[in-house]
Amino acid sequence: MDLVLFYFLILGFAVLMYVLLDGFDLGVGILYPWFDQTGERDHLMRSISHVWDGNETWLVFGGVVLFAAFPAAYAGILSTFYLPIILMLFALIFRGVAFEYRFKADRSRPYWDFAFSAGSATAAFCQGLILGSIVQGVNVNHIQLDSWYWLSPFAILTGFSVMAGYALLGASYLYMKSRGRIQQHAAHLAKRLLLGVMVAMLIVSLWTVLSSDDIRERWFADGNFLYLSPLPLLSALFAVLAWKGLSDTIHEIRPFWYVAGIFTLGFAGLVVSLFPYLIPNQLTIWDAAAPDSSLKFLVVGIAIFIPLILAYTLWGYRVFAGKVEDYQEGY
Amino acid sequence: MELDTALLSRLQFAFTVSFHIIFPSITIGLATLIAIWEGLWLKTHDPRYLQLAKFWIKPFAITFGMGVVSGIVLSYEFGTNFSKFSDIVGPVLGPLMAYEVLTAFFLEAGFLGVMLFGWQRVGRKLHFFSTVVVAIGTWISAFWIIVANSWMQTPQGHIIVDGQFHVEDWFEVIFNPSMPYRLSHMLLASFITATFVVAGVCAYYLLKKQHTEFAKKGLSMTMWIALVLTPLQALVGDHHGLNVKEHQPTKLAAMEGIWPAKEEHVPLLLFAMPNMETESNDYELGIPSLGSLILTHTFDGAVQGLKAVPPEDRPNVPLVFWSFRVMVGLGFGMIGLAVLALWLRKRGSLFSNKPFLTALALFTPSGVISVLAGWYVVEVGRQPWLVYNLVRTSEVVSPLPAERVLFTLIGFVVIYTLLLGVYLYFMRKLIKKGPPSMAHLEEQLIGMKAPGYALAWVKNLKHEEGVK
Repeated sequence: MDLVLFYFLILGFAVLMYVLLDGFDLGVGILYPWFDQTGERDHLMRSISHVWDGNETWLVFGGVVLFAAFPAAYAGILSTFYLPIILMLFALIFRGVAFEYRFKADRSRPYWDFAFSAGSATAAFCQGLILGSIVQGVNVNHIQLDSWYWLSPFAILTGFSVMAGYALLGASYLYMKSRGRIQQHAAHLAKRLLLGVMVAMLIVSLWTVLSSDDIRERWFADGNFLYLSPLPLLSALFAVLAWKGLSDTIHEIRPFWYVAGIFTLGFAGLVVSLFPYLIPNQLTIWDAAAPDSSLKFLVVGIAIFIPLILAYTLWGYRVFAGKVEDYQEGY
Repeated sequence: MELDTALLSRLQFAFTVSFHIIFPSITIGLATLIAIWEGLWLKTHDPRYLQLAKFWIKPFAITFGMGVVSGIVLSYEFGTNFSKFSDIVGPVLGPLMAYEVLTAFFLEAGFLGVMLFGWQRVGRKLHFFSTVVVAIGTWISAFWIIVANSWMQTPQGHIIVDGQFHVEDWFEVIFNPSMPYRLSHMLLASFITATFVVAGVCAYYLLKKQHTEFAKKGLSMTMWIALVLTPLQALVGDHHGLNVKEHQPTKLAAMEGIWPAKEEHVPLLLFAMPNMETESNDYELGIPSLGSLILTHTFDGAVQGLKAVPPEDRPNVPLVFWSFRVMVGLGFGMIGLAVLALWLRKRGSLFSNKPFLTALALFTPSGVISVLAGWYVVEVGRQPWLVYNLVRTSEVVSPLPAERVLFTLIGFVVIYTLLLGVYLYFMRKLIKKGPPSMAHLEEQLIGMKAPGYALAWVKNLKHEEGVK
């Protein structure tokens, strides 16, 4: 197989893992304002404090794979989206340190609560904003680094959509990891978010198809839609199944996986629309690719370490399997 | 004043990377110490070791967290602020950093959860294993990032194709001439940094007459470690310096404040104000020929000076010169304290000598400061080059509007200052709170299902009560 294509898949895999894993972490943070009874916020934070670091590592991995395999895209995308990226990093800093300080704080706890939820929400919004601008096809041009075109109505819509999507992942994660009132409340929120996210996905899809000739052609020319129709259809099916799972706590684990399925399908749809471009109509994966010597060197490490990483990450999750209430005191 | 994007981007990178290095330089050593204590606890059943491990794991956790959040910034900052640099050296540095993530970051993160929160969820051997893996992860991480940095200092194994660096031989890239020296120097520096942080806190407890048994154990151990590591560090540092002389003579000249294109009988300057305008030193005070002796191991050995290269190829001399002196000065201070500790130990007053304990408490951040000073020597000394003699820093900056970089720079300064304050506040809080009591640990042990430890426990408690 073409090495460049392999790296495109690895990059996609890294982004998807990040979106799913840190997605539910950030989502739990975004939902913070809706949980304020005694002990609820402790519960929410404890549900993710042992995994957030590993989950965020996928963002670093995505960044360095882009750097290593597609340096031209790394350079172009990061400098073009300078402000939203730095803003996202600021937000992730506040979100990250809140884990360490909130439990040790007495008087300053409300500030850490705010840092945690505002940090999570802002990071999610910035990620959606960047995603939307890339789909929309900005001019990644070194002379035009001073413009603001990443701040468009479409990008703002995708920003809020990603925020809602992460919140949905977070709510279905809490539904799986909690009991009693928190679980009920999470189900209630998840249902509303599910509706919102499905509508947002529909609007974003239509908007993209209507505004970009290339993407419209990709989906509808030569009966392509017949082959691609499983993507939207399965998404709708998963949404219905997730709704059912949220209605009955017998199926408390299922909604999370259905929502993850919706995310995966949505991501696949995105790849279908953009391929083979990393930046639409400007930079294909082959244009941006690093020389063979670099790609070959790293492929060995990926082949050895990614399976290992998946294995011990899974082990880590199993150590903390079950409900949050059953964890004993931390370190 | 006209704002300069290149200068602002450099300031921002220097500021963010300086802030970041504070935390890993502590955690690399501290993770290792915690692993050693936990291992000793398993081996000897002495609960004092568990107490040490359990106390230090909290400062470790917040320090590690600070390292994580400030580190993510760096992995993106190459692209945001130095886009041209990322593009042309991506094929070399990208895979090295990807290996760092694959072999170290995931490993640390994957086992950190169990190390911090898993005491009651896994068996004690598996917990110890997790701690060891986290410690090893920090070393591996140091390895890859030092490889990447060293390649920028002493590049080899590449060819330049259409302005982009392509790798011909990865072995040469990884094992570039300065890597082994820089790696051993940095790892030792981290171990010493953590050693002095622990020793400083123990000295503080002894001065305050709090948690004395706990503090004695920690102090005794760390002073043995310091006695071995600090002189070794001086030796490694000397060899590292010789390596710099061979590969980066201009940096060495700046470190030593040597101006003539070629100087024999180089003095060792104790004090000087290097003046880049007049190309000479003001207020120079030095020991004749000692510089030559150290650098060439002969009294009249010749060393290349700053004037051997044109002014635009020289780094900021005063900054390099003084950073180097701060690092070396603190280094000798640490050696002195370690030797003094041995002498006091022989006299039986290691735990009671007030001036010594006060000095040690004041030296708590000495490792961190030396590490920072050392990195200023390395990084400022490499300027004006980003990749030594090949890529100029000023030529590879993202052409961003300067106000935008100024805006983010101010953001970083405000946020990081706030964070540092918060970090120090919580460190102080943890230290004031002190180690977990033996009774509390015993309760936790029951949760850990570790019956074999009960006897050792009772013996120890009785012993302690007898002492009281």
